[in-house]
Amino acid sequence: MTNKNVLDDLQQEDYQYGFQDQLDPLFTTGTGLNENVIREISKQKDEPDWMLEIRLTAYHQFLAMKMPTFGPNLSELNLEQINYFQRSTNAVARKWSDVPDQIKTTFEKIGVPQAEREYLAGASAQYESEAVYANLKQDLKQRGIIFMDTDSALREYPELVHEYFAQLVPSDNNIFAALNTAVWSGGTFIYVPKGVHADVPIQSFFRINAGNTGQFERTLIIVDEGGSVNYVEGCTAPTYSDDSLHAAVVEVFVKRDAFCRYTTIQNWSDNVYSLETKRASAAEKAVMEWVDGNLGSKVTMKYPSIYLTGAYAKGTMLSIAFANGQVDQDTGAQMIHQAPHTSSTIISKSICRAGGICDYRGKVAMNADSHGSSSHVECDTIIMDDQSTSDTIPYNQVEVGDVTLEHEAKVSKVSEEELYYLMSRGLSESEATKMIVMGFIEPFTQQLPMEYAVELNRLIDFQMEGSIG
Amino acid sequence: MTLEIRNLHAVIKATDQEILSGIDLTIPNGEIHAIMGPNGTGKSTLAQTIMGYPAYQITAGTIRFDGQDVLQRSVDQRAKLGLFLGMQYPAEISGVNNADFLRAAMHATTPDNPISVLEFMQQLENNMNYLEMDDEIAERYLNVGFSGGEKKRNEILQMMMLQPKLAILDEIDSGLDIDALKVVAKGINHLRSEKFSSLLITHYERLLEYVVPDVVHIMVAGKIVKSGGPQLAQQLEQTGYHKFEVTREFS
Repeated sequence: MTNKNVLDDLQQEDYQYGFQDQLDPLFTTGTGLNENVIREISKQKDEPDWMLEIRLTAYHQFLAMKMPTFGPNLSELNLEQINYFQRSTNAVARKWSDVPDQIKTTFEKIGVPQAEREYLAGASAQYESEAVYANLKQDLKQRGIIFMDTDSALREYPELVHEYFAQLVPSDNNIFAALNTAVWSGGTFIYVPKGVHADVPIQSFFRINAGNTGQFERTLIIVDEGGSVNYVEGCTAPTYSDDSLHAAVVEVFVKRDAFCRYTTIQNWSDNVYSLETKRASAAEKAVMEWVDGNLGSKVTMKYPSIYLTGAYAKGTMLSIAFANGQVDQDTGAQMIHQAPHTSSTIISKSICRAGGICDYRGKVAMNADSHGSSSHVECDTIIMDDQSTSDTIPYNQVEVGDVTLEHEAKVSKVSEEELYYLMSRGLSESEATKMIVMGFIEPFTQQLPMEYAVELNRLIDFQMEGSIG
Repeated sequence: MTLEIRNLHAVIKATDQEILSGIDLTIPNGEIHAIMGPNGTGKSTLAQTIMGYPAYQITAGTIRFDGQDVLQRSVDQRAKLGLFLGMQYPAEISGVNNADFLRAAMHATTPDNPISVLEFMQQLENNMNYLEMDDEIAERYLNVGFSGGEKKRNEILQMMMLQPKLAILDEIDSGLDIDALKVVAKGINHLRSEKFSSLLITHYERLLEYVVPDVVHIMVAGKIVKSGGPQLAQQLEQTGYHKFEVTREFS
């Protein structure tokens, strides 16, 4: 190894471990959690008493709960070491020169504009599109649609928040939901009035949210009767975060005849545990669709659910998981049929390579009231090499006779026949492999807004460089 | 651009069974050759071996194209030399748009001379019209749900777009009705020139009525047992392969 290489390595190590915030945040509760921290969070936000009570109740539930006994290894996650609240400041979190090269390279490869790169990496506090965002917000407001962060919603529409908050995801649902309920901050609030259609996809702050993503986001979406909304959040570009835990809770209420599509793309940096609770309810003839892409993180545990509570309600989950390297993607979906003639579809596609783990964990329940309902589940996985693994773990629970439930699962390698065919037309092995993998996730990609689809393709293209099928 | 195969022996990797037992074949530039022979005689194996299908292993012999050692090259490098194989059973690749694939393949085989989108679209449209293909075929997933005839036409379309120097067409006539056969033949004849050579593999003489070969070879049990002019195919149609099988036993 030459001296220059040694130097490069040292510098990289520096980048990896040498993070420091240049400025102190305005307010922080320090590491660790106790009742005073909770009270302080609520006081800093000037919240109504009922919210403090919800937080405190959840905190005591959290203390009594155990870590999950299934799924990925969480033993390295130290909940004592986490800073549970800091008042965000306009100061930048870090200098651009301190952002790891790996992240910078990825931004470049997938074509993120420079201004956005700095924002996403936390090296810029302002984002150029904010003026555009203000216009959009004005337009939505005129149509009665409320779209703001959840803290603001609690101040401006406390009754609405009170009516729905934690009604779908009870604070004791699981330990991370309890933790989120105790310390939540940020997240998105959307209310769509009766019969109103939010025609264009509402994108979360034009990705501003991605850079600002809190550790304990709380998102609440209510689509009133006959209304519709198409909400897109997240970011294909890697979201660099100093925080090791992200435990969001999302609740979506889709009322009678209403429609909601909730699209998320997440690509956390490889230090992050992403442990999320997402739940939706669909009333009579309502349609709820999750479109969910998980590309990064250290560990992801995420099983969005849809409670089909009204007759003829429909639920759909379309997801991809990409575990590249030391990544454990434990994802799936839950469809809970509680009314007659409800239907659900789960399509889960995953790719693992270079030692990645992709497990599908899902549940379909048909209770005694779900006569004439149907569910279709498809899990497809491509395992790129012998170091990577995948399991499909479905739970089915049927309490009534006249329903149909189909489950198909397929785990395969990249097909030799397909590779040979493409290579016989001049594509190299890695080009052919990429083409097959892109084709595999195409049913997902085609549902994304254009810029997300383009970035996703570039990202996977870049991440598979040098891969041998 | 001559293809020269000398004393080629090949086995199935998995079973070690010998399929090719000493093939000698020369296809000079600009000529169309046909190989005929009974089922299971190694015709498709020969085609796949020239292209580099991984299930076969070469145990002896050489393949040279334009003086270059073909066997030392990977499948995609062989394509870049100008070899093309129209397959008997083309793979179906879900999620990959047929036109996008074609454009990527053209880019891969002629990286120094990238075709513009407009030019590509025009060429594609012209060739698809020539082969009487539905427009929607361009936008469908590669071979997915194609009928037998559509798959064969799509192979010929790829050949016309990629303009290889040597095209091996493996039973391109099987499963085609007479109208489709004429269209496929039209596509092959369209490329016929002093810069293009082809190896047609077929059971039946019918294709050779529409694409008249310069040379016909008869292959039996992994060897070429007789070569001759186009009349050899007609002769075969009357006598069958039996005579040649006997010949071989004594050879």
